[in-house]
Amino acid sequence: MSFFKKLKDKFSGSEEEHDVSDKYKSGLTKTRDTFSTKINNLVARYRKVDEDFFEDLEEILIQADVGVTTVMDLIDELKMEVKRQNIKDTEGVKDVISEKLVEIYAGEDDITKESLTLKENDLSVYLFVGVNGVGKTTSIGKLAHQLTEQGKKVVLVAGDTFRAGAIEQLQVWGERVGVEVVKHREGSDPSAVIYDGIQAAKSRNADVLLCDTAGRLQNKVNLMNELSKVKRVIEREIPDAPHEVLLVLDATTGQNALSQAKTFAQATNVTGIVLTKLDGTAKGGIVLAIRKELNIPVKFVGLGEKVTDLEAFDAHAFVYGLFADMIESDKA
Amino acid sequence: MAFEGLSERLQQTIKKMTGKGKVSEQDVKEMTREVRLALLEADVNFKVVKDLVKRIKERAVGQDVMESLTPGQQVIKIVKEELTALMGGEQSKIAVSERPPTVIMMVGLQGAGKTTTTGKLANLLRKKHNRKPLLVAADVYRPAAINQLETLGKQLDLPVFSLGTEASPIDIANQAIDKAKEEHLDYVIIDTAGRLHVDEHLMDELQQIKQNVTPDEIFLVVDSMTGQDAVNVAESFDQQLDVTGVVLTKLDGDTRGGAALSIKAVTNKPIKFAGMGEKLDELEAFHPERMASRILGMGDVLSLIEKAQDNVDQKKAQELEEKMRSATFTFDDFLEQMDQVKSMGPLEDLIGMIPGANKMKGLKNVQFDDKQLVHVEAIIQSMTKKEREDPSLMNASRKKRIAKGSGRPVSEVNRLLKQFDEMKKMMKQMTNMQKGKKGKKGKGFNFPFM
Repeated sequence: MSFFKKLKDKFSGSEEEHDVSDKYKSGLTKTRDTFSTKINNLVARYRKVDEDFFEDLEEILIQADVGVTTVMDLIDELKMEVKRQNIKDTEGVKDVISEKLVEIYAGEDDITKESLTLKENDLSVYLFVGVNGVGKTTSIGKLAHQLTEQGKKVVLVAGDTFRAGAIEQLQVWGERVGVEVVKHREGSDPSAVIYDGIQAAKSRNADVLLCDTAGRLQNKVNLMNELSKVKRVIEREIPDAPHEVLLVLDATTGQNALSQAKTFAQATNVTGIVLTKLDGTAKGGIVLAIRKELNIPVKFVGLGEKVTDLEAFDAHAFVYGLFADMIESDKA
Repeated sequence: MAFEGLSERLQQTIKKMTGKGKVSEQDVKEMTREVRLALLEADVNFKVVKDLVKRIKERAVGQDVMESLTPGQQVIKIVKEELTALMGGEQSKIAVSERPPTVIMMVGLQGAGKTTTTGKLANLLRKKHNRKPLLVAADVYRPAAINQLETLGKQLDLPVFSLGTEASPIDIANQAIDKAKEEHLDYVIIDTAGRLHVDEHLMDELQQIKQNVTPDEIFLVVDSMTGQDAVNVAESFDQQLDVTGVVLTKLDGDTRGGAALSIKAVTNKPIKFAGMGEKLDELEAFHPERMASRILGMGDVLSLIEKAQDNVDQKKAQELEEKMRSATFTFDDFLEQMDQVKSMGPLEDLIGMIPGANKMKGLKNVQFDDKQLVHVEAIIQSMTKKEREDPSLMNASRKKRIAKGSGRPVSEVNRLLKQFDEMKKMMKQMTNMQKGKKGKKGKGFNFPFM
């Protein structure tokens, strides 16, 4: 069975999965359009799998922000694979391309889905970190909605005490979703707010506490230290917390995302990534490199501005979104 | 590693070149390949890179590079010239309308930094241009966006116009201009909601605002960390709104900022300002040439020199040099020198501006913490006057006293003494070198320009 057939079966298998793939498709329409149209054009343009073909493929991947190093490695592997399987026509190479992409992401263990650590009958604490303007507060609002829908009792804590209007922004989200928001005044110590948040969540028997933090550029040593302190405060109150540290990444970000992931991981031991703004034309290809180099998985993707536009990341669905056109034309 | 400078890459390529004398065409090809990689790693859009590399190759294959004894620098020179030419000259003027108020519209994707930049721009207009700006909260979509602008207005003590989240952004813009006229405010800065360039409905809204208020400037605000997509964003916004300039934000991060080049190449609109920090006075004129250096990873030498000129007292510097030469450098001088360095800004920023600093042994992984400076200062200040002049006086009990006085461990006092001693030795060597003796050339200082 071809790789695409397998994917197709996967997505037509159950209703629920079908919904997810539809959502990915609509959210990723732009991504899919540009990316897979290009691969299709590429495939149509070349009969033979030769140097020119690989050069063009390299450009498509670079344009998706996959990053030069990762792209070159991938191309090398593809060349080897093509030689090994003795693939001569470009049609045949399509399968290999997407297989390799999933493989970079999933690795040897073939883990393509990552779930959140949720404690049974106990408080789970999630810390949100990232540079300025990536969508931390919005992602928290969306996740709060999702968890509430699942019947969890959620509390938010406004740890961004720096940016003007940040506390109010979280407050609005709290009202929208109908959950409590613990806050201090602007300019107060973030660790102190987070501490209060934990106490409040404990005394209200909440299931999940979502901690917002101020955006900070990863090269600001003092601000990164402040973040480590926030994490230490959480650890001191609940020894196995934070149960998740989610790095929020903007899909439009280029190669700097790798540096962000590295530095934030050093400061807070990041457990997963929320990839936001994937509903634009940006492709967020850098997550492949992040996964490969730092082994940090993507857990969620932001696909729009609605409160429901946060989806669990699924590498197959991701690649399916990128290659949907090709799969559909396969069917015909 | 992903973030190597171009100069490093080229040096490696040159090392690999076999044979002596002239550089072959193949070598030039190899070098332009490195240029291509460096630009792509800096997030310059690949189409822009393609055009650039083509031009660079044409020039490099010419006589200059192939006959040069220093082909690496020749290539860098060409690359830098091409990049600088593409970036254009410095332009940080803001339009002034003949009939006030002058209207500025801020547009861009979500999270680019429009609201913060609106505040910074208003601050700049008032401080540098002596104008009275009105801030307009036209972002009715993002929760608390209006609140954010109002808070900034309060911090700056500037008026903010808003009609809440129920009004249409077009009405808000129209009424804001009426208000500015009434109150004789000469600038109106409209903060619009962030939106995707492919969101037809919201892009249409911007066009309507534009038709209604006929802005004198439309600034596209772009995050300097943006990757390949910068081209699509800039092109769309420019096609639909005909922007007049670009503001690049978050440039105080460690991104190479290749997006700047991409944006300039596809829109040919000037990048006017750069956001350099979270404080409201941290909006600077954009320097195209420095950006070219940064994209290539060559260090921001010009900025460093400028900072040094601004902050270092020339007379004191001369005195210091004299002391270094005569090797009578004391802890007091050290303290003074530290003060001057501190006045130039955070240490890590300074180090980042030195070309090749990221490859100096020892410097690469050191986290520069300004607190260490404070500690060193405390230790020196806990010494007596005599001790500062003559560190050889030090003994165990003196060290203990200093440690107690400064609140630092004795081991730190020891370390400082040792470092000071080494510094003195180094100074001696350096002054010997200057005198033209056969001093060895300092190793590890491979400046890319030499």
